[in-house]
Amino acid sequence: MYVAVKGGEKAIDQAHSWLDETRRGDTSLPELSVAQIREQMGLAVDRVMTEGSLYDPELAALALKQASGDVIEAIFLLRAYRTTLPRFLASRPVETNKMAIRRRISAAYKDLPGGQVLGPTYDYTHRLLDFTLLANGERSTTQPAEESVEDCPRVLDFLNNEGLIESPLAKSDQKQSGNPSEPEAPADLTRQPLDYPADRDLRLQALARGDEGFLLALAYSTQRGYGRNHPFAGEIRQGEVVVEIVPEELGFPIIAGDILVTECDMINQFSGTETEAPRFTRGYGLAFGNSERKALAMALVDRALRARELGEDVVSPAQDEEFVLAHCDNLDSSGFVSHLKLPHYVDFQSELVLLRRLRKEFEERKSGGQSPQVEPTTAPDLNDEPTVNTQQRREANQV
Amino acid sequence: MTTASLKQTTDTQAENGYNFAYLDEQTKRMIRRCLLKAVAVPGYQVPFGGREMPLPYGWGTGGMQVTATVIGENDVLKVIDQGADDTTNAVSIRRFFARTAGVATTESTPEASVIQTRHRIPETPLTRGQILVYQVPIPEPLRFIEPRETETRKMHALQEYGVMHVKLYEDIARFGHIATTYAYPVKVNGHYVMDPSPIPKFDNPKMHGSPALQLFGAGREKRIYAIPPFTRVESLDFEDHPFEIQGWDQTCEFCGSDHSFLDEVVTDDEGGRIFICSDTDYCNQRLNTGASMEVV
Repeated sequence: MYVAVKGGEKAIDQAHSWLDETRRGDTSLPELSVAQIREQMGLAVDRVMTEGSLYDPELAALALKQASGDVIEAIFLLRAYRTTLPRFLASRPVETNKMAIRRRISAAYKDLPGGQVLGPTYDYTHRLLDFTLLANGERSTTQPAEESVEDCPRVLDFLNNEGLIESPLAKSDQKQSGNPSEPEAPADLTRQPLDYPADRDLRLQALARGDEGFLLALAYSTQRGYGRNHPFAGEIRQGEVVVEIVPEELGFPIIAGDILVTECDMINQFSGTETEAPRFTRGYGLAFGNSERKALAMALVDRALRARELGEDVVSPAQDEEFVLAHCDNLDSSGFVSHLKLPHYVDFQSELVLLRRLRKEFEERKSGGQSPQVEPTTAPDLNDEPTVNTQQRREANQV
Repeated sequence: MTTASLKQTTDTQAENGYNFAYLDEQTKRMIRRCLLKAVAVPGYQVPFGGREMPLPYGWGTGGMQVTATVIGENDVLKVIDQGADDTTNAVSIRRFFARTAGVATTESTPEASVIQTRHRIPETPLTRGQILVYQVPIPEPLRFIEPRETETRKMHALQEYGVMHVKLYEDIARFGHIATTYAYPVKVNGHYVMDPSPIPKFDNPKMHGSPALQLFGAGREKRIYAIPPFTRVESLDFEDHPFEIQGWDQTCEFCGSDHSFLDEVVTDDEGGRIFICSDTDYCNQRLNTGASMEVV
């Protein structure tokens, strides 16, 4: 007798133990430690933290190890853990002005207060495979000069002082609140469902968690003319910022820790009206760790999504809030795409039944037989709302 | 509940360090509020603060959050996928709740107090007090006609459902039949048009006037909706093209049923195929009670 293929608990257990074995690979080689991943796969760790919305290099490294290096799977692990954590309070806004800079560049000015600091970057490396690394050789590292970077004033503040650019808090950021000096707490899409139209705080949160590849492609599309916004990388800075919290019982801020972040301020095409002098507009990107590509892409897409607010025509995907926000999360997308692997026997069978019937009727018609259904006897008049009196037939259908 | 099983429950919790049925109580409270609203406005999609679950989106996270919220220690849980208790994802979800809630599980439809399902409604009629939890991929029935949430919300509010009828009419004009075979839209309590999740239209009539409470959870899309017991549920159709359900010329290979939804199983590469009940529990019940003898 035929036994339909079914996955019992045993099959699942076996599959998982096989997975563990595969993940470990050749056991004659030493096992990777979480600390090694954290230290030597830092950019992967940073991406997992950014899109996992949790700043914890150790757990991100653990997730990468457990996921065999599959970044999206690792993000999933971190998010599923994060969602179980209680949230005590929100931090105060981080002051990226006071960042301990390790990299800071501007593409808008040749030189500027604070200087251009390249920092640890792959930029300008020649992408030649380094066979020294293959031979397990460590390259002799020359210790960079321990020269602390002075407080860097923000590039966009120079422009702002001159009135050449809109102020950092765009109109859409200033939420109505009883006390103007106390801005309303930013929205949190991990607690409240996303609602359209979304304010900029929500959009930025969604973009910060959004898939780097997706945002990169959208950002690229704006550069190729699909919602062009004439960007200049006003400033990219990377370094440690202090996270402060104000516990209710203390009433004054205390330092919770330092985090490494990458920030991108984009200077974009100017706008102006009869009543307002023309000035540059902004796009903003922020990501955990060293995540420059992400921060740049985020800033471009943020700017594109401000089309409505700035009175631009929404004509391209990157400007379309519902399109971008609904599809930028890689757990949403990878989950739903991969659910196609689940059984769909029932729906498929339903389609088969219908398709066979349609084909049968087609053949009957073709062979000159009387067409059974070709002419809808009384086609509903489309000018009217089709009258649907389902009540009686519902009873007829009811067994 | 016996003391033994109670103890087992507490042990389960202590063992894995998570709250009963995984979700924390604050989240459950938030979901319960949404469920109450959903029951009060049948067929209306209530947005909820869906959480990330330890299973992927699209694999039943919405249904799981609803189940985790309504389930109690005394409940008996049944999980089906494609009507079957032993398909991999059903096994995985059942196991999740056995592990995180320590509840009793069953494959028997009448014995279950909570049934989580993907793509089917059990053949055995549900009874008063049972809860059927549907996993929903796309809660918006109008999504494929109008992808924008901002638009569809207005359309629901104004009951602007003409486009849906036009879509069904176009099917008739092109194919001679309404070509929607699953996720067939229904009108609930004479107001909201609702996506019944991708159940075959074969199951649509079972939703109407059901004594069970039907809850729908869409995790990725963060929507919950409901059909309270004994609610009017009508499948959309036309007077001259009344709604009809699928039928088979064949009967179930195992139990001989001529009235249940049949899955087609390919047995060789020469066109050989058999048909079997998609509802495994129903098929087994018939086999055990000898019902197959009467039919064959």
